[in-house]
Amino acid sequence: MRRLVIGIGNPDRGDDAAGIEVARRLRSTESSELVNGSFELIDIWAEADEVIVVDAARSGAPPGTIHSIMADKEPVPVGLLSTSTHSVGVAETVELARSLGRLPSRLLIYGIEVAEVGLGEGLSREVERAVDKLVKVIDDA
Amino acid sequence: MSTEREIAVDYLARVEGEGAMYLKLRGEVVEDLKFKIFEPPRFFEAFLRGRRFSEAPDITARICGICPIAYQTSACNAMEQAAGVEISGGLRDLRRLIYCGEWIESHALHVFFLHAPDFLGYDSAIAMASDFPDRVQMGLRLKRIGNRIMSVLGGREIHPINIRVGGFYRTPTNTELDALVPELEWAVDAATETARWVAGFPFPDFERDYEFVALRHPEEYAIQQGRIASNRGLDISVEDWSEHFEESHVDWSNALHARLKTGGSYHVGPMARYALNSDRLTPRAREVADEVGLGQVCTNPFRSIVVRVIEILFACEEALRLIGGYERPAEPYLDVEPRHAVGFGASEAPRGLLYHRYVIDGDGAISEAQIVPPTSQNQLSIEDDLRAYVVGRTRLPDAALQWQLEQAIRSYDPCISCATHFLDLTVDRG
Repeated sequence: MRRLVIGIGNPDRGDDAAGIEVARRLRSTESSELVNGSFELIDIWAEADEVIVVDAARSGAPPGTIHSIMADKEPVPVGLLSTSTHSVGVAETVELARSLGRLPSRLLIYGIEVAEVGLGEGLSREVERAVDKLVKVIDDA
Repeated sequence: MSTEREIAVDYLARVEGEGAMYLKLRGEVVEDLKFKIFEPPRFFEAFLRGRRFSEAPDITARICGICPIAYQTSACNAMEQAAGVEISGGLRDLRRLIYCGEWIESHALHVFFLHAPDFLGYDSAIAMASDFPDRVQMGLRLKRIGNRIMSVLGGREIHPINIRVGGFYRTPTNTELDALVPELEWAVDAATETARWVAGFPFPDFERDYEFVALRHPEEYAIQQGRIASNRGLDISVEDWSEHFEESHVDWSNALHARLKTGGSYHVGPMARYALNSDRLTPRAREVADEVGLGQVCTNPFRSIVVRVIEILFACEEALRLIGGYERPAEPYLDVEPRHAVGFGASEAPRGLLYHRYVIDGDGAISEAQIVPPTSQNQLSIEDDLRAYVVGRTRLPDAALQWQLEQAIRSYDPCISCATHFLDLTVDRG
């Protein structure tokens, strides 16, 4: 069984990098990084059985909040995860893959609620803590 | 008494970036019509000032995540022209090849995921996917081929990092390029089949007498260089752009409107390229275009989806030709020494002509930059289309009229994120 973690985010946009930071810090799990959650996801997870996608979330919850969605069983709430003006987001890609029968058999999505996504590198303290916590959760699973 | 109706779409779907549309009708008469771009301005031209000439390709690539190659190519063209350097042979072929990748990727996204749902009555590709899974899978695979070309040559598919003034940081090996061949061969057949499919869509009966503006090249279907030409006799070198075109600001758009100095709108993009260059297509692309009834010129904007598919087919065949003839250049790039000069560069972004102009000082710093993306140039044409489309259709119910007008806008595949790159916003406080 192949387990894969996909981190999504823009490393130059503050907390938006939360997803790729998680992917980079993992020790015991195979991971890959993407700038945005567009259709490439479907190809990237094609060979995996269990997939975890980590993206930035903007739902209005306190910064650092970790949302989790069992996307193989339930739809991704509209507007939870960050989107790009240039591209489709994770929610659209998941629903497209569902229509095409190309979802992994297990797909778990974590959304880390962001504080600051302005230009520049570095995570806010709340998001930094959430990233650490999520890395432990995934590595220990 | 004539009745007043307003149709307002506050947030256009399936376009890149944030735009809106407003229509005010009094009886049969259009009182007001606006294609609004409210995505915030992005000030790219301002922050290019003072940067090195060699940084322009990487900085301007950030204007768009869909067509970074177009920005990098137009910027390289301008910088090389300013320095009196011309790239040729394998380096020129590679620049054209990576651009083919961008056309395939961008057109496949638009055709299958943004535009096809309009004709089949779906509000999204996701809704369309359960009824047309094979088509959507085909679209994903075509798009992936474009992305792969961009990754192999550009280092990565979004904001590629391997393009530089004078050429590339590293050139690919023959083996790396040959690996692309089987998928491209599949893509030629897939694009042919797709052309037949989209040509059967129900298109509104609507034609306009456009002034089409596109690059034209003596030997090839113009992509990465050429002279600026129109179907009404314009034929100028890229450096004469500002003698024939001008930009102005209107208060309902954060993107400058471009127009011909002789007055009026003009149309850039696949239909313009096709109108000016259809004799330069590959024999197979020409044959398929004829078979699906496209003729030499297409003036129905809704049918631009067919033209895009013909361009996908062409780009796949052209990519195969370039790979077949590839010999790895001795050096990955030519040295480009800056000098005090004005550089002009243009190329055909997936959405149309992309013009750059830079003033470079003797040390190689950029002192002025001007970037005119295709969507800025098409804004007037979009508004003219909408105005013309409404005539004779004012009796349509609001919902139907709105749906068709949105489709007309999407025919241009507008990239609003690109269009709002401009210098500064004039606030008119009356």
